Amino acid sequence: MKVNTMAEFMAKGEKPEVLFWVGCAGSFDQRAQKITKAFATILDKAGVNYAILGKEEACTGDPARRAGNEFMFQMMAYQNIQILNGYEIKKIVTTCPHCFNTLKNEYPVLGGVYDVIHHTTFLQELIEQGKIKFTDSNEWKGKSITYHDSCYLGRANEIYEAPRKVLESLDMELREMKRCKSKGLCCGAGGAQMFKEEEKGDKRINMERADEAIETKSDFVASACPFCNTMMTDGIKNRAEEVKTEVLDIAEIIAQAIQ
Amino acid sequence: MPTVAGICFTLLTIISFVLFFKKLGKIARNIHLGKAFQINDQKTKRIQNVFLLAFGQKKMFRNPLVAILHLFVYVGFVIINIELLEIIVDGIAGTHRIFKPYLSEGYDFLINSFEILALLVLIACVVFFIRRNLVNIQRLRSKDLDGWPKSDANAILIIEVVLMGLFLTMNATDEEANYLISNLLKPFFSGFDASTLSAIEHTAWWLHILGIYAFMNYLPYSKHLHIILAFPNAYYAPLTPKGKMHNMPSVQNEVLYAMQPELAPTDAAAPEKFGAKDVMDLSWKNLMDAYSCTECGRCSAACPANTTGKLLSPRKIMMATRDRLEEVGKNIDANKQFVEDGKSLLHNYISIEELRACTTCNACVEECPVSISPLDIIVELRRSLVMEESNAPAEWNGMFSNIENNFAPWKFAPDDRDAWTKQD
Repeated sequence: MKVNTMAEFMAKGEKPEVLFWVGCAGSFDQRAQKITKAFATILDKAGVNYAILGKEEACTGDPARRAGNEFMFQMMAYQNIQILNGYEIKKIVTTCPHCFNTLKNEYPVLGGVYDVIHHTTFLQELIEQGKIKFTDSNEWKGKSITYHDSCYLGRANEIYEAPRKVLESLDMELREMKRCKSKGLCCGAGGAQMFKEEEKGDKRINMERADEAIETKSDFVASACPFCNTMMTDGIKNRAEEVKTEVLDIAEIIAQAIQ
Repeated sequence: MPTVAGICFTLLTIISFVLFFKKLGKIARNIHLGKAFQINDQKTKRIQNVFLLAFGQKKMFRNPLVAILHLFVYVGFVIINIELLEIIVDGIAGTHRIFKPYLSEGYDFLINSFEILALLVLIACVVFFIRRNLVNIQRLRSKDLDGWPKSDANAILIIEVVLMGLFLTMNATDEEANYLISNLLKPFFSGFDASTLSAIEHTAWWLHILGIYAFMNYLPYSKHLHIILAFPNAYYAPLTPKGKMHNMPSVQNEVLYAMQPELAPTDAAAPEKFGAKDVMDLSWKNLMDAYSCTECGRCSAACPANTTGKLLSPRKIMMATRDRLEEVGKNIDANKQFVEDGKSLLHNYISIEELRACTTCNACVEECPVSISPLDIIVELRRSLVMEESNAPAEWNGMFSNIENNFAPWKFAPDDRDAWTKQD
């Protein structure tokens, strides 16, 4: 698919209305790439004038900072802010709650001040504005789904409603897990856990959460974070004999329903 | 003419308050061992938080049944203490119910309210005692509470039950008294003559007030200190989104000067310590958090690591911080200033394994009824571990070098960052 970079916009002397911050998972992880492509498809179909940084994008530094490596974080932040400010970026949308949190909350004090929005909120806005039109044969209607709250979207930034509203706009049957919203259980990936083995214990965190999701007996599990997606998919795969639940990002669901 | 009892009482009152405030002073000093950290923005919002979180106990209502029982104890405690005023004046002046003539019917209303509250406190404390010791509630059964913390919790409940019992006995044996709840106790005392009744009343009166003074002085040594510190802690609660970590300007500047050497000052100060190894490296708010902790364990019950059997317990992080801070305080008391004791919060009190298990999910922060952030301490200790000791698991070191060399936590070529646009 043709996705314009900021450099290309700049060359034409134009500016996009929003920068799509893809994030490392969205750029490199095979599963997350599908989410990225789904979201880019939606942006195209909704007529959003957007760009990516392409090769100029780099890790926000979130996992390094949470692991305790402030130097690494500050280096990444410095580089990214130089580039973002160089392009005079005003608005950023991202499919990763970790990138979202870092760009929105942690870059301003370092000189990077942008209007940062998570893709679930952005999708909700596009639906409300009528820019996203669903196909007449809504295959999602009536299908049951449970939404797994990402910690960095939920507790960290108190975004609980937007992802749910998006799912409801497709007339899906939303089932809540025992622990949801501000009480939502982590998938186990945050705080740089994604990049190392868990400490020893009785059970893996993603298994605990996958079991909760399975308990709702939903057709689908919705995620809004590429890391949650990986953790939940792995967890549910471990119970593959009993369940056929599929983990999908909210963007993937919308992309399949959009006209 | 002051009576002997009056003089004794006055002296006791003075001693109790002096000891109490002396200990509070020590705690304030210990809290100030923490690093300076300015919090003086959004005063209206902060005052709102004091009303909502401390007075209003908003977070407690995440579990309504326990919240209501706790509310009985809290409201009872605050309101019954109004009666303490009369008790103290009576004790000093040798009078009996000195406010009664001035308040007439209002007085009866007040004492009736106090008695109803006393009964509610008593019931709530009995229920709490049963929950704590007989019902299998994970967060109250945890090994975090083995030893002193468990006795501390039970001592508080028993003292409250005894104090409320004495308050009601004192009224029940007062011949002039005619109040709602203590009247129900009167049949128990019907066989006694007037002088015995008066002796019981006096004994109950003395034990009650002595119990209160003792309890007051027990507070600063106990987890129960939250009844005071919950208020300032709500005021100083962070107002930024929970996902936001504290910036480290020292590191920010080092990176800036490395990138733009022309900005570096010629008289750059020697780099300070990075992160926190010991309690003095934490902020004063972290230390006040430690003293505010009631060890209720709502944090650990919500912690994904703790509930799946990992060593990490956010409650234990707070308890360890307070224990270490008390130890440092005693060290200062004995030596006039802190003398190196070869120990630190990191390693001696909190292990690497605990710190590594945190997913920074903020569940502990969300649950805490008194606005404590165990996460803040965990992250500060992680910073020290990684930046001062270069102590990270191999996978994390790999992740760091990938970020440094490939600008992503995995080993992919930066040139492939937009490869997804070329897939179908």
